[in-house]
Amino acid sequence: MVPLHWYMVLSMVVFAIGVFGFLARKNIIIMFMSIELMLNAVNINLISLSHYIQDLRGQILAFFVIAVAAAEAAIGLAIVIALFRNKATAHVDEIKEMQG
Amino acid sequence: MKYYLLIPLLPLLAFIINILLGKEVLRDKAHWPSVLAVVGSWLVTMSILPDIIAGKVINEDLYSWIVSGTFNASVGFLIDPLTAVMLVVVTTCASLIHIYAVGYMHGDDGYYRFFAYLSLFTFCMLMLIMGNNFLQLYFGWEGVGLCSYFLIGYYFNKKSAADAGKKAFIVNRFGDFGFGIGVFMIFLTFGTLHYAPVFANAAGIAGKTVNFLGWNVDLPTLIALLLFCGAVGKSAQLPLHVWLPDAMEGPTPVSALIHAATMVTAGVFLVARCNPIFNLSEFAMSTVAIVGATTSLFAATIAITQNDIKRIIAYSTCSHLGLMFLACGVGAYAAGIFHLYTHAFFKALLFLAAGSVIHAVHTNDIQEMGGLKKYLPITYAVFVIAALSAGGVPGFSGFFSKDEIIWSAYASHSPVGKLVWAMGTAVAFFTPLYTFRLIFLTFHGTFRGGHHGEAHGHDSHHGEHHIHESPKVMTIPLMLLAVGAVAAGWVGIPPILGGGAHFAEFLKPVVGHPEFHGTHAEEWSVMALSTTIALCGIGLAAFLYLRKTDLPEKIAKTFSGIYTILYNKYYIDELYNYTIVKPTLWIANKVVLAITDTKIIEGVVNGVPGSIGWFSEKLRKVQTGLAQHYGIFMAAGAVFIVALVLLLR
Repeated sequence: MVPLHWYMVLSMVVFAIGVFGFLARKNIIIMFMSIELMLNAVNINLISLSHYIQDLRGQILAFFVIAVAAAEAAIGLAIVIALFRNKATAHVDEIKEMQG
Repeated sequence: MKYYLLIPLLPLLAFIINILLGKEVLRDKAHWPSVLAVVGSWLVTMSILPDIIAGKVINEDLYSWIVSGTFNASVGFLIDPLTAVMLVVVTTCASLIHIYAVGYMHGDDGYYRFFAYLSLFTFCMLMLIMGNNFLQLYFGWEGVGLCSYFLIGYYFNKKSAADAGKKAFIVNRFGDFGFGIGVFMIFLTFGTLHYAPVFANAAGIAGKTVNFLGWNVDLPTLIALLLFCGAVGKSAQLPLHVWLPDAMEGPTPVSALIHAATMVTAGVFLVARCNPIFNLSEFAMSTVAIVGATTSLFAATIAITQNDIKRIIAYSTCSHLGLMFLACGVGAYAAGIFHLYTHAFFKALLFLAAGSVIHAVHTNDIQEMGGLKKYLPITYAVFVIAALSAGGVPGFSGFFSKDEIIWSAYASHSPVGKLVWAMGTAVAFFTPLYTFRLIFLTFHGTFRGGHHGEAHGHDSHHGEHHIHESPKVMTIPLMLLAVGAVAAGWVGIPPILGGGAHFAEFLKPVVGHPEFHGTHAEEWSVMALSTTIALCGIGLAAFLYLRKTDLPEKIAKTFSGIYTILYNKYYIDELYNYTIVKPTLWIANKVVLAITDTKIIEGVVNGVPGSIGWFSEKLRKVQTGLAQHYGIFMAAGAVFIVALVLLLR
């Protein structure tokens, strides 16, 4: 039986990698993948805790997160493709049309 | 039966009709509603006059206007002998002047506007004199002031006329400010604004003092002087007389109606109406007498040197109003009102006759007139009648009232009686002098105008052969007024001349009768003195302006100092310009405009959006457009919130 805190540490590490990847990497696709990492870290957390307290609501919530993440990935990638067609780059520093 | 209500309401109706329909529908028939209304008012006045003479007094409240706690102001009417006299004066003069104006204003662009304002004025004046409380008096008082402003500035395209209107309005503010406080003081003291209870309880406040601006002052004196303050403004007495001569920018019928016969006499009416209050304060009475006498003499001396036909008569009005105040100040209210009554006729006549002259020669400058006698025979005749009446020549109505005033001043118990008598007698010399100077320069000698005519050829209006008498619609009112100027005073012939002094007897219930001390011999000699002096004035005018026509100029050169002072009206306008107008403008420009407005108000108004703009300009930089910066903020925010939750648990 794997103890709960192992899962928690794994989740924390994956989430930290996701945050770092999102903030440090410049390629939009990589940033996207980082977001997925963060979401999955949350999923690990949800499922392990759900199991720990013997409550299925956490697992249901994890399914929701997976479904939303799938939709988000579809829309996000569509945006990235549209952006790439216009700017011919996937480098995030070169996309700053919203500058104030 | 409240058919006396028609007296003020008919002119109001005419005003409403004219202001609504005059421009589009009535146009050059705009005089009909106004003339019919004012003649109707006159007829109603005449129909109730016998009742009033028989001793009936109408005093009733018709409508509760303002009710607030113990304060109760109503619209109510009082017709007693004093009001009746004023009604006769106002409706008679107004009727004749309205008719005259039909001819005088014929073809003017603002014809309907003129008659609308004239009707509104008549309404306000009638409300002023018919009110039975101080608030209604105040309503009428401000109403006539407003109409005066409208009508002085009638030719508003002309800057001088617009300025004169403003001047009249602003100068009257000074007086009305005091008047307004006076009305407040009356309410504070008596708890009501109705004449009857106020005057009935007036004796109760004798000797009481009140703390006013930190000083303990005698209550009756304070109230009387505050009311007199309003009278000084409205009746153009020193030191607020400056607006009246400038008011001559208005059309001549306006000068005759508002600035000679009716509105300017409202001050005298006020003092006479409030005589129970004035009688309580010897100081206030003396002030009234001295102010009146000083103004009278002051204005009379200015009138001698002026060259504008209407301004001369305006100063004459000032002077006569001063005489009326002089009479009130020595307690002879009946004499003051009597002079008001006779003055209305001969002064309205003088103005209208002057208007007839102006109508004929198109100038106001008497130096450009002369020899008009043969062109304007009717105008000349009525002018002379008015001048004889104004000058106090025996037999004419002005004589009886003026003599009554001078004798009252001499015989009264007033401490300043003898002083104001001497000043009044001096005025009796100057009045015929300037009036006949005006006549001789205007109607006698040779025509001095026409300079423009020579320059522009024979089709100019200024040529001598174009001068013609005014139309009948103007001359008939002149002749009727001339009858009034001669005969109006016959109702008040003093007992010493075989009359019954009916006028004073009629007013006795309202204004009482002063106790005189003086013998018949004294009365005869006072009368003889003032009459002789008046005749000397005429004689001197004839000598200077008919015989030795070069002498006036020499005199002016010899006494150039005095002449210059008189010609420039004692530099009062300049004095006010430097002491009041300029400092006010300076404060307006340098303090109110430069500091309050520009710095403070605009500072706040522009500063608030300015600082918001500055702040958002700085805040804008946060929006870099880089997704990762937003990410950092989000992460930092999440960490911050988690930390907060953990630490504050």
